[in-house]
Amino acid sequence: MASLRIICPNGHLGFAPLKTGSFHLGVAAKPDFIAADSGSDDIGPVPLGNDSCASPRAWQEHDLEEMLLAARRLGVPMIIGSAGDTGTNSRVDMYVGIIRDIAARHGLPPFRLGWFYSEVDREYVRAKIRGGSAVQGLDARPDLTEDELDATQRIVAMAGVHPFMKLLEEGCEVIIGGRCSDSAIFAAAALSRGFPEAQSYYLGKVLECASFCAEPYGAKETVLGEITPEHVEVTAMAPEQRCTVASVAGHAMYERSNPFHEFVAGGKLDMTNCHYDQVADRTTRVTGMAFEPAAEFRVKLEGSGKVGERFVGMAGIRDPYTIAHVDEVIAWARRQAEERFGPEGWELHYSVFGRNGVMGDLEPLKDQPGHELCIVVQGIAPTPEMAEEVTMTGTRQLFYARLPDVKGTAGGVSFVLDEVMQASPAYRWTLNHTMAVDDPLELFPTHSAVIG
Amino acid sequence: MNTHKKLADLAKTIRSKNAGTDKITFDIIFREKDTYEMVKRSKVLTPESVCRILNVDPARLTDFVEYDPAYAIKFTILRDRPSGSAGDGDIFGAQQYAPFLDVMVDISH
Repeated sequence: MASLRIICPNGHLGFAPLKTGSFHLGVAAKPDFIAADSGSDDIGPVPLGNDSCASPRAWQEHDLEEMLLAARRLGVPMIIGSAGDTGTNSRVDMYVGIIRDIAARHGLPPFRLGWFYSEVDREYVRAKIRGGSAVQGLDARPDLTEDELDATQRIVAMAGVHPFMKLLEEGCEVIIGGRCSDSAIFAAAALSRGFPEAQSYYLGKVLECASFCAEPYGAKETVLGEITPEHVEVTAMAPEQRCTVASVAGHAMYERSNPFHEFVAGGKLDMTNCHYDQVADRTTRVTGMAFEPAAEFRVKLEGSGKVGERFVGMAGIRDPYTIAHVDEVIAWARRQAEERFGPEGWELHYSVFGRNGVMGDLEPLKDQPGHELCIVVQGIAPTPEMAEEVTMTGTRQLFYARLPDVKGTAGGVSFVLDEVMQASPAYRWTLNHTMAVDDPLELFPTHSAVIG
Repeated sequence: MNTHKKLADLAKTIRSKNAGTDKITFDIIFREKDTYEMVKRSKVLTPESVCRILNVDPARLTDFVEYDPAYAIKFTILRDRPSGSAGDGDIFGAQQYAPFLDVMVDISH
């Protein structure tokens, strides 16, 4: 086991298509595995709650087809984690179906396909709470209550390396994973071939976002990671990109609150003493990583709860007097909704672009609005009919707002569309917690079948 | 002689991004060690100053790190509500860094 090499063509498979040029260069390097993560909690709580994708199926199929054909041609395993953006059971089944279809369409020789699920039944979580095993909040959240659990539509657990390793041990050549830690996909491959935990998890950490560990910036390009018992090396495959000390060290910070630690089911990757060396023009070597097993096996849970049906409206303002009093305009429209629907049972949210629509209360320049504003109105209610009317009230009444000194008395706002549009239902993240389990596999049932 | 420069003229990367569902993290990354060390010495980016710039209670700052291997200053705040809640203007947290572009740095020492 001198070394093992994995290529990753996409940091979020499906979210935008992989770039084929650098992927084909990566395949030509004859890697031992081809792997990618397909999920993220970046996309907000709607896809998990709604059990839908954030990505178009055509893009998912594009990447899965490129990867499957290359992996079968090379005769190396292909691993996908967090299928279909959320890693719910329906998304795993969908990816398994896509793999079957691609294999049939291309007449691929038989191979063993493995998959596992990550959804967690609410009653399972409830039993933990009632049994005295607190479901602990992350990021300053309190421990999970049964009320918050009841408000949750769907829960997924973040798998570690364990279900991937089980399926690899069973001889699976293609694996579709439910929700999992990004790094676990790659770490499982390395661990299954006997590499040490620290290097294996670091390999996963550095590969999981593909070319985000390279420079200049350019997403969806393939990178190649090589692991030995002592170090990890990462090489950019796109001719215009390089993995430099700065880009690789910088990537350790990406999307995490702290650049030193990565928590996975079963332990913690410690990057505090990592050392980076430029060993070739496009390759950086990393040493000094450590892995600390967890005293108690806790699995992260993500949960999404439905708030209501949702419509969206938009309005523009150009009159400087109205812009200066936009909060009064919004308050007027909100009062009209209150008169119609009462004080509760619905929501109106206003984002004022041109003032602080992007940053909200974090915006330091909110006292300096632009010369025109766009107000995005979101109305939420238990039924689509009510949500439409709430949103229409909250939008159209901006037009009729009564400001004492306004010169324009024919209408207070402009409309691109004099209508409101149905959006996905509103959800919120209800779970960002960890739960103790006895067996690392108990939440992640595995299955396999020979395809072809 | 001009003794001050904008952070945007000194840093290679100034970015923000979700760190999970409940936090936004900010990375200010420099190309050269000397620039990184100078900005650290200038004390324009401290736990106190970044909270002031973003108008957040210091209790919402969960991490503030000077990360030498990447010549980076990194800090993380709790969101006022989880990402993607109705009314959230930036589901990815990717456009929250702009106020740091114009931070003035004393480059005279």
